[in-house]
Amino acid sequence: MRPVYVVSGGVSKFSKARPDKTFVGLVKEAYDYALADIGIEHPQFFELLDGSVASYFSDHFTRQLMAGIMAQDYLGLVPKPSHRVEGGGATGGICFQEGWKAVASGYMDVCLAYGFEQMSHVETWKGNEFIALASDVSMDYPVGGFYSGYYAMMVTRHMVEFGTTVEQLAHVSVKNHMNAYHNPYAQKRQKLTIQDVRSAPMVAWPLTRNDICVMSDGAAAVIFCSEEGLAKLEKSSGHRLPRVRVAGTGRGTDAMRMADRPHQSFDDFYKYNALPNEQNADARTYYKDLWKKGFRYPGVHSFRAGRMASREAYKNAGITDPLKEVDFVELHDAYTSSEVQTYEDMGLCRYGEGGPFATSGKTYMPGIDYGLDLPEKPICPVNPSGGLIACGHPVGATGLMQGVFAFWQLEGTIKKHFGDPALQVPNAHRGVIHSHAGTGTYVTVSILENEK
Amino acid sequence: MAKKDIPDRIEDTLQGTVVFSVPFPTGDDLSVLKEMSPIIIKYPYTVEYNYSYGQDSPFFAALANGRFIVSRNPKSGYTYANPRGHDMYSGTKNEWVEIVPEGKIHAFTVCHFGSEAFLPECPFILILVEFEGCDTLFLARLVGVDPDGANLDWIGKKVKGRFLRNSKLKPTDIYFNLMDDKK
Repeated sequence: MRPVYVVSGGVSKFSKARPDKTFVGLVKEAYDYALADIGIEHPQFFELLDGSVASYFSDHFTRQLMAGIMAQDYLGLVPKPSHRVEGGGATGGICFQEGWKAVASGYMDVCLAYGFEQMSHVETWKGNEFIALASDVSMDYPVGGFYSGYYAMMVTRHMVEFGTTVEQLAHVSVKNHMNAYHNPYAQKRQKLTIQDVRSAPMVAWPLTRNDICVMSDGAAAVIFCSEEGLAKLEKSSGHRLPRVRVAGTGRGTDAMRMADRPHQSFDDFYKYNALPNEQNADARTYYKDLWKKGFRYPGVHSFRAGRMASREAYKNAGITDPLKEVDFVELHDAYTSSEVQTYEDMGLCRYGEGGPFATSGKTYMPGIDYGLDLPEKPICPVNPSGGLIACGHPVGATGLMQGVFAFWQLEGTIKKHFGDPALQVPNAHRGVIHSHAGTGTYVTVSILENEK
Repeated sequence: MAKKDIPDRIEDTLQGTVVFSVPFPTGDDLSVLKEMSPIIIKYPYTVEYNYSYGQDSPFFAALANGRFIVSRNPKSGYTYANPRGHDMYSGTKNEWVEIVPEGKIHAFTVCHFGSEAFLPECPFILILVEFEGCDTLFLARLVGVDPDGANLDWIGKKVKGRFLRNSKLKPTDIYFNLMDDKK
């Protein structure tokens, strides 16, 4: 695979409803922003572009098949090559990686990845029904298909296995909503307290409305290029473009039905799933003790797909201790609990330590007052943008949104794009984006680095 | 010219979207249309599927007869509580084995909201059941427990399956009750 750079990106305003535009209009908004940011106009870009990848999750929301080609058409990119990708909640993350892959493989020198979702065309509870169709319709959906319910079951198991508390989960909600307060693209820019989170209407015990991401209308676009593509774009734009390299990617999968996930042994965990920073006597002793207490992997409390995606991406990027070697993470926090679970999958802490890790302070932005008593200083901000919980989750766009925000972090241009410097991670060199589907069925992890 | 017996116009009817007055500029200046509010229409979308359970059909036939069968790999003995035709490890065929649907609650939630189809049933309790002799779990409803009493002590409690008297050929043909208060 050859080096691939992200050179620009754009995000539409995420909102509960964007009736002012159809989905193609939303994609156009993100696309135009990405082009304007590197000073290239559409006719120039069209001449340089080799092709594109489109992503959206659900044909049900738009009641429109072939929506990908409609966006391609509206952007004025026909007859260039393109295809649509879909993988549940990870749709955008998969699209990001397909854009990378098109360039890394040598197939294209310049590739555009764009994604969108317009979820407001149905009421929220019908939307939940559509999303629940991404669970097995023979065995899971008819029992009470509801993703918040599925995740809440994971929470109760996590609480029993590890002593995780709802207050620890609520810390994630406070953090991400507060971060989003400084992000003009976000849908929910709110200053919340732990009490606000816990006293919100209960959705699926113990998750309240403030523990759960919202449906959203939105789009995002990312431009990838090779060294050759970069030279062409720079020649066309007349100036040097930022160099943010995709340093590694990884993907993992797991059983569609959460109930079917295995309960592996300690030996298998170490053989197949452990990360480099867990290959030491201390970690082995810790995990041995967990197994003695009845812990089995991944069970329903952990995402093996997220672990495998992380493992592969870290290997490709040469990362052996993520908490120390990564400057920030944009991860798929569809639920506060899934952020906590994902800390563990990504090796930011050990399995079982996600709850205390959430309240440690390590994942918060420096310089922002969260109104919380955080014992430690930030090390690796997680979801500095506000994440899915506060930005919104227009599914096909979300993973690309993470890519754009990570790109801006590494470009050092958060102030320019957000109109507020508060969310700029100081001296950010390496960021990780993480996109997640179903009950942990498809997960992508991509690592971006700027040139020092 | 249209022939007399072939209609050359669509008759206006009162079905579907009926519009009496939509604002529009009366003059030649159409630039104000860029400021126009979006038009939103409503329409229904229903569909009836002829859905096949395929290789999983015996599971539903068993439920309809008040019996509970699981999928076991004859070589390894690995047993799936859900119907599964082939083993994910060896790739070989599983066989049906009948078990008594009694087990323990592995995880649970109380859904106070839900998908539109299930809203009338809220609040309802979802559980993942551990069966003795099964390597995987089973998603089901827990019935007969106060949803407002949710607490982590529910995990580990023993449950027993009950069958609907009139099968609907769905996995909800079996649901669970607590067996007793002992873990």
